[in-house]
Amino acid sequence: MGFDINKIREDFPILSRKVNGYPFVYLDNAATSQKPKIVIDSIVDYYSNYNSNIHRGVHSVSQEATDGYESARQTIQTHFNAKYSHEIIFTSGTTHSINLVANGFESLLNSGDEIIISGLEHHSNIVPWQMMCEKNGAIIKVIPMKENGELNLPVFEELLCEKTKLVFVNHISNALGIINPIKKIIKKAHEFGAVVLIDGAQASSHFKTDLQDLDADFYTTSAHKLCGPTGVGMLYGKEKWLKKMPPYQGGGEMISTVTFKKTTYADLPHKFEAGTPNIAGVIGFGEAVNYLNKIGFDNIKNHESSLLDYATKKLKTIPNIKIYGDSLNKTSVISFNVGEIHAYDIGSILDKFGIAVRTGQHCAQPIMDYYNISGTVRVSFSFYNTIEEIDHLYKSLLQAISMLS
Amino acid sequence: MTIKEIQDEIVEEFSLFENWMERYEYMIELGKSIELISPSNKTDSNLIKGCQSKLWLHAEILEGKILYTTDSEAIITKGIAAILLRAFSNQTPLDIINSDVKYIDEIGLKEHLSPTRANGLVSMIRQVKYYALAFSKQE
Repeated sequence: MGFDINKIREDFPILSRKVNGYPFVYLDNAATSQKPKIVIDSIVDYYSNYNSNIHRGVHSVSQEATDGYESARQTIQTHFNAKYSHEIIFTSGTTHSINLVANGFESLLNSGDEIIISGLEHHSNIVPWQMMCEKNGAIIKVIPMKENGELNLPVFEELLCEKTKLVFVNHISNALGIINPIKKIIKKAHEFGAVVLIDGAQASSHFKTDLQDLDADFYTTSAHKLCGPTGVGMLYGKEKWLKKMPPYQGGGEMISTVTFKKTTYADLPHKFEAGTPNIAGVIGFGEAVNYLNKIGFDNIKNHESSLLDYATKKLKTIPNIKIYGDSLNKTSVISFNVGEIHAYDIGSILDKFGIAVRTGQHCAQPIMDYYNISGTVRVSFSFYNTIEEIDHLYKSLLQAISMLS
Repeated sequence: MTIKEIQDEIVEEFSLFENWMERYEYMIELGKSIELISPSNKTDSNLIKGCQSKLWLHAEILEGKILYTTDSEAIITKGIAAILLRAFSNQTPLDIINSDVKYIDEIGLKEHLSPTRANGLVSMIRQVKYYALAFSKQE
């Protein structure tokens, strides 16, 4: 299928609106993606035509809803090439997924066991492990980052030892957009028998991940990062680990039999999906994955990398600009500062020109501390952005700099 | 001048501008010309919480009037802080307690005073009032 940017933009209702009198230029895609009409329609269709609770009902509409929900699970299984559909657990998003694993491993780890976390993590990846370690006495070790934003792998290899039980790394750093060499990290960790969880929240919108090939033990993402709705995400776990982990939350749906003496838990995936799930969200998630596959991940990658090249070249001509994480191995994210100008000021002026960017620490304070800065301006591109939008960004940025200097 | 008179004066100054860019340029100028907090008062306890950029506020009372000084890492935040303190600094605690900030809407900078905007200005206004309340109890 060819890649017609104008046709693609028509799929997204929000892209035709104006902000502060200017055409809306959305460059905050690493925070959340925009939603195509087909995804929005799938949610409206569910509530309009087959809203019912799933799994337990014997009536026709409940069956339709269950089919919609379970077929989304299969879509996502196929997309990520998981071995079984019951290895895909629906959660409220990446943060929930990570908490679920941290909670599961609380009783599987002992005092003195070690877990290794990368220095590029989002806050959501750090806090649950600190909470877990407070309870079971495990110890957190950190893989430091290098000046170009990449992880320091020789140090990682030194940290690995027999005591290492878990390794947590994001596929792509949210603040800088650097793609981490996770396949290598997984292989090394497995040599020591450690379990690996990869946070794929920033990766799933940019490329397809083959989970069996990758051999990750756990992998997580959020639907809203890949054109799906907010409040829904997935946790992939290898069957053997999902079976070993105790359930996270008690409730309906996750039980097999209940007496006041003992409850036996349902099989996977229901063991981890207590209560009525986000049915509409899961259906929208499946639709979003189908939509992206229809656009084609090769097309997405090509377009995004030409946007990144164009924008990087253009921004680099601006005097006193500093781009953080200047690695070649990155997705379409540019995190920068200009001279002494505060990121908040640049973001505020760009907003007046209708341009949405992110400013601040991007929930990754350790990275900001590393560079000794209080924050950055982050522009992040998606396949529906255009060269013209980057030109508008460039011109508006020059204007902002002249106003603020 | 009373707080109201100063606010009216600011509204009049801003009415000369034709577009947002001129308003912002003026606000940035005001931010640059503001009398800054003395470095010894740039302490953590004078830091306003909830900001993407650091914002400090210091208050002292002199002959029955409160003198506020401020600084911020972000020039836009500093500019608005300057517009606020031009009205509120060097006034009596009671007058400060009984005043409002509607003039910020009138000069087209309302968006910066949204409680959900992470610039700390809403917290700063609250802090200005708390100081006034505290000093009024001392008298």
